Amino acid sequence: MGLYPLPISRFSAFALLVLFFIAAPLVMSEYYLTLLSLVAIATVGALGLNILLGYAGQLSIGHAAFMSVGAYTAANLATKFDLPFLITLPAGGLMAAAIGIIVGVPSLRIKGVYLAIATLAAQFIIEWIINHSPSISGGAQASIEVARPTLLGERLDSPTELYYFLLIVAVVAVIATQNLVRSRVGRAFVAIRDQDIAAEIIGISVFKYKLYAFAISSFYAGVTGVLYTYYLGIASYEQFQLGVSIDYLAMVIIGGLGSVLGSVFGAFFISLLPIAIRLVMENVGSLFVEPDVLAQSISQLRQILFGVLIIFFLIVEPDGLNRLWINVRNYFRVWPFSH
Amino acid sequence: MSGNMAFAIELFGQGVANGLMYSLVALGFVLIYKATDAINFAQGEFVMIAGIVISALASAAYEFPLWLALFAGLIFMIVFNIALERVVLRPLIGRPIVAIIMATIGLAFILRGIGPMVFGAAPRGITLPIEDYPVIIGPFFFTPIQLLGAGTSILFLLIFGWFFLKTRKGVAMRAVADSHQVSGAMGINVERYFALAWVMAGIVAMLGGVLWGSASGVDTQLALVGLKVFPVVILGGLDSIIGVVIGGIIIGVAEALAAGFIDPYVGGGTKDFTPYVLMIIMLMIRPYGLLGRKLIERI
Repeated sequence: MGLYPLPISRFSAFALLVLFFIAAPLVMSEYYLTLLSLVAIATVGALGLNILLGYAGQLSIGHAAFMSVGAYTAANLATKFDLPFLITLPAGGLMAAAIGIIVGVPSLRIKGVYLAIATLAAQFIIEWIINHSPSISGGAQASIEVARPTLLGERLDSPTELYYFLLIVAVVAVIATQNLVRSRVGRAFVAIRDQDIAAEIIGISVFKYKLYAFAISSFYAGVTGVLYTYYLGIASYEQFQLGVSIDYLAMVIIGGLGSVLGSVFGAFFISLLPIAIRLVMENVGSLFVEPDVLAQSISQLRQILFGVLIIFFLIVEPDGLNRLWINVRNYFRVWPFSH
Repeated sequence: MSGNMAFAIELFGQGVANGLMYSLVALGFVLIYKATDAINFAQGEFVMIAGIVISALASAAYEFPLWLALFAGLIFMIVFNIALERVVLRPLIGRPIVAIIMATIGLAFILRGIGPMVFGAAPRGITLPIEDYPVIIGPFFFTPIQLLGAGTSILFLLIFGWFFLKTRKGVAMRAVADSHQVSGAMGINVERYFALAWVMAGIVAMLGGVLWGSASGVDTQLALVGLKVFPVVILGGLDSIIGVVIGGIIIGVAEALAAGFIDPYVGGGTKDFTPYVLMIIMLMIRPYGLLGRKLIERI
């Protein structure tokens, strides 16, 4: 039980598992389960980006492009060779990891803003290549329909079954990341992030570990893409454009850089934000403005709020929601004695 | 073959004219990077918001005369950018580069939401008092707005070049760009020059908004011109004003030629793709660009 040294954290991890595996499907309607499924998918992607940006300190604006690599790999394997998701899922991840290594190679020579712009270029170039290669993208629509995943001969058709499937993958991803960041590799990432020259001097091969970071992060992104594909039933490059990369950047920044729990917080926050805005606007906003104006202003309001939140967290709480959580926890840990 | 050649020459002319208009947008990015080391991912959105404000004021809803709309747009961009530097960028001084990049991305989102929300999402135009029949100069063939855009770009690149080389404020600004600490110790008010850099970027964005807005119409799509900024500045060098001209022309010509000659074979889209391929090649061999300072750290 090295992952959870304290009894209280063992207990809360267990309680969360019970909550999401048993209580949530019993209590929630299918609509809310599909929302939680989206959060589960986003969690995997946010963990991947947090490994790269939060732990290894390498900025990537092309995270969604790696998702599209995973998505199209899995979709092609599933439709052309009729492979089950137990094979297409890791295959999509591995393909994305391979592309991630190629994109990561320049990170040896360039960093900071140059790396950001290079990964931005990767986003456009990967998107263009997929879109213009009919053998990858499946013809004029550039989208491939995929059947629901089957497990032990049973198709996961209902939202509840799909929710369990996505939740298991997300839990595996969380535990794998927690293990990764306390391993030799994870500590090497942190050393490179904090001072790359010092890391090189104490014997960490910076090049090797930067490529590891890109490969692992892209693997997560590829898996995320595969999950989106199975969730939506279709692989389409429109699901993985620049805006999605930025959504994931916002998740790790608002959630908390260099924190596994923060990635989960960020995934919850950013995935549910548009739905929360819509709920509030439909119930409160309809009192003030016409319905058709309202429908239009919801997407605009989402963008504004999204931007404001990113800037707010950057300026006021750079460590994100995770820091807020730690503050609350520390307050109650010693409560009622504040010192 | 000669037909192809004539076509290539004509595309070349188009590319140079468009490229100079890209230079104008990219100039705003370079001015900010040069003085404050901040990376502005919202330059395209600056252009968009300037275009939206001016076109809305000049439209039937407000009926400002054109000169007044332009002037109001200019004042708006100056005030807006001063406020921006004060509220958003100043608290982030000294923070890692990702924080500044993300802050400007957040800003881009805000502008994309606010512009259509306040002034309406319908596309509008900016009508400048110029003729709209094409101008033929030798083998080249331009629309008047392209000539006006290219001329404005060259004029302002010259003005900013003169400003940095000859004026007292310009020299002070170069000192700030060189080292914030040393210039502060020499009695230069560093934060005021940060604000000045953002104001200049706002002025340039306003010009870009007018030119691109009258060339291709004004709506949120106008912000996409900002995506051309990165190839231009990487090619020319992140902190070089002459580099912006060279980078802009290279990108303009490359995308015009690609659109003319490669598009028919691959089914379109190379116009947006080619600049980024060029940029990747440049990042591999000369990350600091043709004329940028060699400040790349190596490990």
